Parts: sequence; C-alpha cells; structure tokens
Amino acid sequence: MAKTKVYLFTTCMVDQVYPQVGVAVVRLLRKVGAEVIYPADQVCCGQPFFNSGFTKEAKNLAEQNIDLLQDADAVVIPSGSCTAMIRVEYPKLFAQQPALLEKAKQLAAKTYELTEFLNNFLEILPLSEPNSRGAVTYHDSCHMCRHLKLRDEPRTLLQSSGFSIQEMEQSDRCCGFGGVFFTRMPELSHAMAQQKLNRATESGAEVVVTADPGCLMRMQLDSDGKQTIKHIAELLDEALRCE
Amino acid sequence: MRVDLPTFRAHTRAALADQLLQQSIENASGNFSDGREKALGDLPDSEALRDQLKLIRAATLANLTEHLEEFERNATAAGVVVHWAQDASEACEIVIALAKERGISQVVKTKSMVSEEIQLNSALEGAGIRPVETDLGEWIVQLAAEPPSHIIAPAVHKTKEQVADLFSDELGRSVEADIAALTAAARDALRGDFLSAQMGITGGNILVAESGTLVLVTNEGNGRMVTSLPPVHVAVVGIEKVVPSWEQAEVWLSLLSRSATGQPLSIYTNLITGPARPGELDGPQEVHLVLLDNQRSSYLGTQFEEMFGCIRCGACLNVCPVYTKVGGHAYRSPYSGPMGAVLTPLLFGKGQFSALPQASTLCGACLDVCPVRIDLPRMLLQLREEQVEAGRLPWLGVWVERAAAWVMTKPKLYRMLSLLARKFGGTRLAKLFIPFPIPEISQQTFHQLWKSRELEE
Repeated sequence: MAKTKVYLFTTCMVDQVYPQVGVAVVRLLRKVGAEVIYPADQVCCGQPFFNSGFTKEAKNLAEQNIDLLQDADAVVIPSGSCTAMIRVEYPKLFAQQPALLEKAKQLAAKTYELTEFLNNFLEILPLSEPNSRGAVTYHDSCHMCRHLKLRDEPRTLLQSSGFSIQEMEQSDRCCGFGGVFFTRMPELSHAMAQQKLNRATESGAEVVVTADPGCLMRMQLDSDGKQTIKHIAELLDEALRCE
Repeated sequence: MRVDLPTFRAHTRAALADQLLQQSIENASGNFSDGREKALGDLPDSEALRDQLKLIRAATLANLTEHLEEFERNATAAGVVVHWAQDASEACEIVIALAKERGISQVVKTKSMVSEEIQLNSALEGAGIRPVETDLGEWIVQLAAEPPSHIIAPAVHKTKEQVADLFSDELGRSVEADIAALTAAARDALRGDFLSAQMGITGGNILVAESGTLVLVTNEGNGRMVTSLPPVHVAVVGIEKVVPSWEQAEVWLSLLSRSATGQPLSIYTNLITGPARPGELDGPQEVHLVLLDNQRSSYLGTQFEEMFGCIRCGACLNVCPVYTKVGGHAYRSPYSGPMGAVLTPLLFGKGQFSALPQASTLCGACLDVCPVRIDLPRMLLQLREEQVEAGRLPWLGVWVERAAAWVMTKPKLYRMLSLLARKFGGTRLAKLFIPFPIPEISQQTFHQLWKSRELEE
C-alpha cells in the first residue's frame, strides 16, 4: 500500500527560529509511516497579516498556499494557530469566490495540527511506562483550543509518551503573543507572558510545553532561560529516541 | 479624546506599575468569573439558553423599529412619556428640560452606563442641577471624580482603604476601612438625598415591548428608591435594549445576572410599567423614558449589528487577559474590555479610539463566555481591516507589514533574505532598531536542514 503523502507545512517561525522542531516533526511523521514531503516554496500561512487587518495580503498568501498544498493526502502543521488559519479562516476569506472557496475547503478538510494527526497512531507512537519521564505543564494556545477545539490530543500524546501532566491555573489563558500584538503592545504582551510563566512555575512541573511556535517564542523571550519551555514535538521526539 | 497606540501604551504602563490596581482587578475578575461558571453550571442547559438568547437578540435587531414602536405604544398606554433622542446632547437636553420645567435642582441616580455614555452628570451640573449617584460603586467614583472602570462594578479598581479615605473626606469624620462600616456610612449619607430629590434617573436593562415595561436590575435596593421615592422618574435607555415578549425577556434575565455576577437573579429585579396608578401610595407621579440612538441605528444592517445584541453583563471583561491587566480606565471610555474595544470606536469615533481594536490578542476568551455569543474577535478584525484601509495606523508599521507580506509571496527572495540575515549576524543588527524583544534566529533555517543530508531517510 502506498504510504500517506503528508505535506509538512513547518510555519515561518519554525523555519526561522525553531528548525529543530521541524526536524522532530519529520521524525515523528516517519515513525507513524508517513511519506513526508516538504514543499520547498512554502513561506507563511498569512495569519500575522490577516490578524492585523491586511486582508488583501493574507489572501495572496492563502492563494499561494492553496496551490502549493493541493496534491497532499494530508497537510500537517506543528502549530495550532497556523492550522486554524488554514482550516477556519481560508474558507472565510474566499466566501465570495466560489472556485477558490471550493479549493480552500478541500485544503481545510485535509489539514491537521500535529498532535491531532498523531493521535491517530497512538498504538505506534512511543508508549512509555506511565510517568516514566518528567512532569510537564501544558499551555493551551488560544487558536488551538478555541478554534480547533484541541485540548485532549496533546495531553494524550504526552501521557502515552510517559510524561505526567501537572496542570497550571488557567492553562488556556493567552500567553501574550497574539501575532503582531506583541510588537504593538510590547509591555502588555510581556506582562501577560510573565503571568503565564508564574502560573507554569506554580504548577511545579519541570518543563512548560506548548504546541504553538508563537507561544513558545513569547514564553522563551520572558523566561530568560530560567524555565525550560519546549514545543511538544521536541518532547515527543525525545521519547521516541529513547525508545 | 484620542486614544491612539502610544497613548494606550502609556496607560498600560501606568496600570501595570500600579500594584493595588493589579490586585483589585485580579481579585474581582476572578470572583466574577468563578461565580459565572458556577451559576451557569446550575442550569440544566446553559449552552442551549445562550443559543436561544443569541437568536432572540438577532431577530429583535433585525426588526428593531417595529419592536420599538410596539414598546412605545404600550408604554404610552401605561402612562409613560416616551422621548426619542438622536444623540447624547439631545438626550441630556431632554432630561435637563424635564428638570428645569419642574424647578428641580437635585436628582438621585442609579448606575447607568448609558448615562456615562452621554455624560449626563456633567451636563446636569452645567445646568445647575446636582446629580447624586446612589449605587455604592458609582458614588465612590463620583466622590473620587473618576469614571467607572467596569461596566457592572464601577469602583472595581479601588481598595477598601482608598474608599474609606474618600468617605472620610466627604463625611468629615473617620470611616473605618471595613465593608460593612463603609456600606452603612453610604446608606446613612444617601438617605437624605433619596428623600429630598425630586427626580430619579435610571438606565434600563430590558424594555419589554408587549407590555411597555422597563426592567431594571440592581443589587443594592437603591434602584427601587430612585424609581419610587421622587415624584418624577426618568429612564435613559439605548434603543437596542428592547425585547418583544416576556417569554424572551425571561431567557435574557436568566442569563444576565448569572453571566455578570454569578447570581441566578440580582437582588432586585424591578419591573416598571408606568407611574403610580390613581390611589396607589407608592411610586412616581410621572415616568419618562428617553430612548437613545446615539449612532446605534447607523450600524443596523452592517457587520457591526451583532454588537448591539450586547446585554452589558461584563463577562467578557472578567476573562480578558488585556482588560484584567490594564483595567477599565486605560480605554478612556465607559465601555472597556473586549466589548468596549468594539463598541467605543463605533459610538465615539473610529479615528479617535484607534488603539482599542489593537488591544486584543484575538484569544477568543470573550466569545467563550458571552451569553449572546457575540463574535467580538470577528468585529475587532473588521475594525483593524478598516484601519488599514483608512490609513489610521502609524505609516512605518504599515509599510513594514506590507513589505513583509510581499516578501512572503516570493519564496526565493524570502530564502535569499534568510541567508543574508544569517550571513550578517542574525538578529543582532535588527535588535538595535526594533523597540521590542525579538528572538534569535537559528543558525540554519529548516529549509537548509531539509536540503542538507541530515533529514535523509
């Protein structure tokens, strides 16, 4: 049987700041038997522009990505936020353009956030002894938990990989990133990240984990290296390599 | 009043530096949110009820004129004098004229956001009429000469010690910083005003068209005194507050206080249908209702119509990560938090309040809790889009975003710039110019790693 052709959309932030997250994603996808295809001409999903009111610019990028990803069996993205952009916002952007709307819907239907996709392969993924690894606390990114309704998926994967989860207070409270918000309202963004990190520390967990590169960046900027903050793909990949 | 990005950032810095304020907002918003969750949990199906209220509000707004006319007919039949005010100054003029015609120089008021919206107090004072706020929170902010900072808890930014100082100054005696003592002092001080005032001014939570009834929800009993002791009662209410029937008002009421304070119902729910009937001992001789438009009707049929389904419960403020850090005053509007970030530019000028639609991470927590499921994030986005189109943002930021978006449509150029950035010291150079923290870029992009041998199977 032919392998599932999974197109990896890494996101611009993983490309520029967290390439190791992309590497971990590739290993995880191969572990579950996917043929990983990396369309080289990918750049950005368009969300930063969409969220700050540059709708025309966002539509240009959306059109570009719809073309780029159309042959995939599945598109997997290590970001709840970028996944939400493609899945929830692309179809809305082309509501008045029937031909593009159809394509946008087709793409939306086969686009998955990483942990959502991996939850289909729980029998293959590292199933370490429960609690055999450290305690982590999971930060729900806003778009992942509210637009995509993905709250259990990342937690299930962490647990099946041997991590125990120590929930922080209000794990779904925004970390303060907000795309262009962090550049327009830096003081506020910082204060929100501080609150998030304080609550993460109070949870008693050793590692703060998130499934969104944007939140990862915001929290790392504020932690001054005092806290270990990781993308969920990195943790799952660690477990995979220790198998 | 202009609240652009630099101004809002200055307000933010001041708020973040105020430890007392941070503590007060955190406590209050936490209590309200917990209360809301519990109160909604006690209902058999609060989600279905929210769906229902959304439908009720949307259907009413779609035929607003018809419902307002029905309300006017029935209220008039019950003896209410209905006035229509196109804008704030017209509304203030109506109230002032009513007072002047009757030689009234002092009025008592209940908490009313619409009266804040039209700045009724300063208009009254300008006309030589003394307004006395009788809601405890409103009285506190009136004594402090400050605007309210939360649509349902006007003095949420004040500690009890600060309130004790205010009361001591006002009353000329030392008042203990103890909630019971403070409440007793206010009750004592306000009693005389209730008895002597010739006019009571209120807002209104709901207007029930089928009976011409004004529904007024309060927790302190002051609403009942304001609407029954003085011989004249004047209510100023936004036109969007109408609901066709009692059956629908019931849905509204069952969600309002639960969403606001976590109460199944507020302590007092006043249903006012006209003045005292002949022979009745209590109640005002005259009831006037001022229906305020103030821009509202101009948004009907637009993408902002949904905003006018808001029932002013304040639930969105209590969960907003921005509001709970900056507090209400940072918005410089009676309407703050997520609902205020949309409503304020609509009512008071999109140009003047250009920072407010930016004061959100679009996290969606507001939509999660809104009893009417008003899609505030969608409207914030809409306002941002209009700002870009109208050129209301700082040109440099706009230029940078346009340029970045353009580069993103040119993958080869994007990759060339990525390589150049790495050749010339990564983000070190950029950090000299960029006025906010940015992360280090990696030594290699993922694209480079993919092309290297590292990822070969």
